[in-house]
Amino acid sequence: MSILVDDDTRVVVQGITGGEGKFHTEQMMEYGTNVVAGAVPGRGGQEVAGVPVYDTVSQAVREEDADASVIFVPPAFAADAIFESLDSDLDLAVAITEGIPTQDMAKVNKRLSEVDTHLVGPNCPGLITPGEAKLGILPGNIFSSGNVGLVSRSGTLTYQVVDNLTNRGLGQTTAVGIGGDPIIGTSFVDALSLFEDDPETDAVVMCGEIGGEDEEQAAQFIAENMDTPVAGFIAGRTAPPGKRMGHAGAIVSGSGTGTAESKIDALNDAGVPVGDTPEEVADSVEELL
Amino acid sequence: MKLHEYQAKSVFADAGIPTPDSQLAESTEEVLSAAESIGYPVAVKAQVHVGGRGKAGGIKLVENDEEAREAADAILGMDLKGYTVGRVLVEGAVDFVDELYVGVTMDRGEGKPVAMVSEKGGVDIESVAEEDPEAIAREYIDPAFGLQPYQARRAVYDAGIDREVAGDVSSVLTTLFSLWDDRDASDTEINPLMVTSSGEVVAADAVMNIDEDALFRQPELAEMEEDSYEDDLERKAGEYGFDYVRLDGDVGIIGNGAGLVMTTLDLVDHYGGEPANFLDVGGGAKADRIANALDMVFSDENVESVVFNIFGGITRGDEVAKGINNALEQFDEIPKPVVVRLAGTNAEEGMEILNADLVQVEQTLEEAVQRAVENAQEASQ
Repeated sequence: MSILVDDDTRVVVQGITGGEGKFHTEQMMEYGTNVVAGAVPGRGGQEVAGVPVYDTVSQAVREEDADASVIFVPPAFAADAIFESLDSDLDLAVAITEGIPTQDMAKVNKRLSEVDTHLVGPNCPGLITPGEAKLGILPGNIFSSGNVGLVSRSGTLTYQVVDNLTNRGLGQTTAVGIGGDPIIGTSFVDALSLFEDDPETDAVVMCGEIGGEDEEQAAQFIAENMDTPVAGFIAGRTAPPGKRMGHAGAIVSGSGTGTAESKIDALNDAGVPVGDTPEEVADSVEELL
Repeated sequence: MKLHEYQAKSVFADAGIPTPDSQLAESTEEVLSAAESIGYPVAVKAQVHVGGRGKAGGIKLVENDEEAREAADAILGMDLKGYTVGRVLVEGAVDFVDELYVGVTMDRGEGKPVAMVSEKGGVDIESVAEEDPEAIAREYIDPAFGLQPYQARRAVYDAGIDREVAGDVSSVLTTLFSLWDDRDASDTEINPLMVTSSGEVVAADAVMNIDEDALFRQPELAEMEEDSYEDDLERKAGEYGFDYVRLDGDVGIIGNGAGLVMTTLDLVDHYGGEPANFLDVGGGAKADRIANALDMVFSDENVESVVFNIFGGITRGDEVAKGINNALEQFDEIPKPVVVRLAGTNAEEGMEILNADLVQVEQTLEEAVQRAVENAQEASQ
């Protein structure tokens, strides 16, 4: 078991004809992901990496039974691509694109509340169920199959923590990078709720960072709704207020909201151990299992 | 991207929001001639991207030529929280009876814009929000439909704004939302919106920040962007296209991916060191970019030691190693000790390529950070 993606997931890649789209389609297929179609307006009838390309996502759904999309579309057109995926009866859309205007994402967010499709991202590395499928740009070789769920706002920090877990033989059910933007589809709470309902996931690692209040909401959700134990990590303890630390969403406001301290306190209050180092997170997971 | 007050005011004025007469000035002579044409009293206001300009001495109200000259001499060229003041806005003083607050921003938690009105204008609105949240009326806006007229009215009446000016304030709020929406702003704000003795409203300040990710479709606003870097290193980082933040410590940090770089900073602190900077080379960095990153960090005179932490997904360890070698081979003597830790894609190839005479190699993140902290401590002894 896993969450959101598995062997049966049938993927359409939006933007498959672009450099990144093509490269990562090949990488995903090499990992074993069932990529069944590409969707690029005006490119219907072509083939990329042995995969048929359609003009619209709806055609890919009709012709190839696609049920998930991965979006590698440039920022100016990415919100439109997300809207298209949300209007094509998919179960899942994964937006890798970084730099989508925030107001576009506010409109996407509104539409999300009206449909059943899960959106992961944008500005994220995607997600992977080790040994089954990866949707996105994560390096497959560092993951291993197991019973730990992982959800993170950052790509490379996910790799680091997975490395610490895998080195101790702690494999993963699914690892989800939810993205570093201020407005994203799947939140910590959404992902934690899916892991809670997954019988194979026996512990969850949650990697947060400064900015916003998603981690505080997650802490409340864990305290009230979760039996599965959770271990935490928060990046950005040393970040000065008012400075954007790489991610558009990673900023402690001038008035002091969104600090690492507030997130760590909230998680500790919810009974979640928060490691000072990635190694300590792996220690906690071993103890929790 | 932040607009200066004078830029935001001109955008607001073009949209029909009443603003005082004003002129931009770069010298004492220009201040005097602006003041003469506007008529005393005038306010002389520093145009820099710094909050709390008034308290820091960047705004002065003057009644005559002598005071104007004094204010201009004091403010032009002054250092305001790290920014040098090159220009001032000379603006007709408003005879006000009340100061209000109106603003529109993105509420990140709700994922939608929020319009705000308060009677408590003229002070830092964030402290009002903390101490007296009830004093701010909020209306959350459906991004698909925009601010409805009833919402603007409701915010104004809920905030307890005087009925005499309620219509004008709600019209200003509606305009602020239109600007926010049309111009891809992250914030549009007037604080204070002054109410004059004759019952008119005037925008005595103007804040407009634009979403940098949307500048591609806001060419007029993109042209208003001015060099606003706090120091030469941040300017250099901008030219190289790095996400860079300068800090006060002595351990230089280079890595890939925001979360991992932040974590590296935190670990430096955890092991008793002080991070000198945040520098994210981004995904898929090639050798020349890696060399530029080293150049950046070596340019910071506070740096005594450097740690390079790369976990390759789309970034390849062999490319990183080549970049580090290329950069370091140019020196007769390595300026500061460099600790490198490579993991992920092609890390093993990278380790082989790395010139062990030039760098110290560590296997884990924790070991690499500890070594870099020790290097810095030795250097400062």
